[in-house]
Amino acid sequence: MSRTPPAPRAENPSPRAGEPAVLRAEGLVKTHYGEGAPAHAVRGVDLSVRRGEFVAVTGPSGAGKSTLLHLLGGLQKPDSGSIWLDGVCTDGYGEARWAIERRRRIGIVFQFFNLVSNLSVADNVELPALLAGVSPRQARAEREQLLAELGLQGKERSMPGELSGGEQQRVALARALVNHPPLLLADEPAGSLDSKGTREVTRLLSRFHQRGQTIVLVTHDARLASAADRVISFFDGRIADDAELDGAPSRGLGISGVLELKD
Amino acid sequence: MRLPLLALLARGPAHGYELKQDLEQLLGSAYPQPNVGQIYVTLGRLEKSGLIEGEEVEQSSRPNKKIYHLTDAGREALRAWYEETADEPRVRDEFFMKLALAPQTGLADQIALINKQRRRYLNTMRELSKLATTENRDNRISQLLIEGAMLHLQADLDWLERCQEELEEQE
Repeated sequence: MSRTPPAPRAENPSPRAGEPAVLRAEGLVKTHYGEGAPAHAVRGVDLSVRRGEFVAVTGPSGAGKSTLLHLLGGLQKPDSGSIWLDGVCTDGYGEARWAIERRRRIGIVFQFFNLVSNLSVADNVELPALLAGVSPRQARAEREQLLAELGLQGKERSMPGELSGGEQQRVALARALVNHPPLLLADEPAGSLDSKGTREVTRLLSRFHQRGQTIVLVTHDARLASAADRVISFFDGRIADDAELDGAPSRGLGISGVLELKD
Repeated sequence: MRLPLLALLARGPAHGYELKQDLEQLLGSAYPQPNVGQIYVTLGRLEKSGLIEGEEVEQSSRPNKKIYHLTDAGREALRAWYEETADEPRVRDEFFMKLALAPQTGLADQIALINKQRRRYLNTMRELSKLATTENRDNRISQLLIEGAMLHLQADLDWLERCQEELEEQE
């Protein structure tokens, strides 16, 4: 655990004025058509994420927050609206181009880990690096460093199904970060974990954030959301509130009021 | 403070400052540091009501200190405390009243009220998360206190979310 983990390559952790946002979206709209009435999942979202920011999107289930994250990662195409990555418009991107962006510029972790079940832990983590054209030796070095950082030494040869949920999510995190993407997207990363696993994921995301990783997280868990420095409340396909958490003691009693034992 | 002090004295006699230290060690920094003056005042009251008794002990270079022990009545009060269940936590009724009455006053928007309250809870949640990481991990009692506070806040946040869902539908 004492090794230095990979920091995003050549990125400055503090947001700089004048620099294009890591991620920008304007007028995003997505409607799902299935049986029954059309579901308006995302109804006109503007969003900008600066380098080094840790943004959490919270809201009730069915509010469209996961759809929003899928749009931002190019996993679904918006009906209208545009997305810019590092100032570059992605309007003309097809599926193949988005797949490349997800290897280079965007790492993603999902609620159900989505690991390749018949590949070992080591291969799951190395695969995206190899696909991105990194040499096998370099891929192995990155994998070793990340697994050590995430407390998974000795699990390299395990298959995903042999690991606990918390361990699988850590493998998924290693896989998402192996190519040092400037942006990490996380879709309910603690959604299928117990309280201990949630704390673990929270701690790891905070740690990567402190080293400059830009993160956009979708969660209904306020404990996880409060690790972010900006929380967006998402209701009914729209941003209802967008708040910077300053961590400054709130007016009134704050935590001492919450923790105080009454006479 | 009364009953926790009685509980600490159930183990054996102690003086005021020892009790303060015991409490700090048990609860860690998560709990607001008990004020020593408050402890002495409470001990005075407990003695007056016959639940504890103090005994002056001479000290050569410093003022006398008073060592307290539990009386039979004190032990009985403590037993009764453990017999009872604690009250349920209550919905934040002041916020609820504000929210319920907002439309009639024309002075505040309900959704804006919810957003404001959520920001405050989230900031407090953030402070609690930080406290949980800085507080000694081996102090289980202290960690449980913090986790309890976080779970309560989580419930309050979930409830704000429900309020927002319901009230936005009406618009």
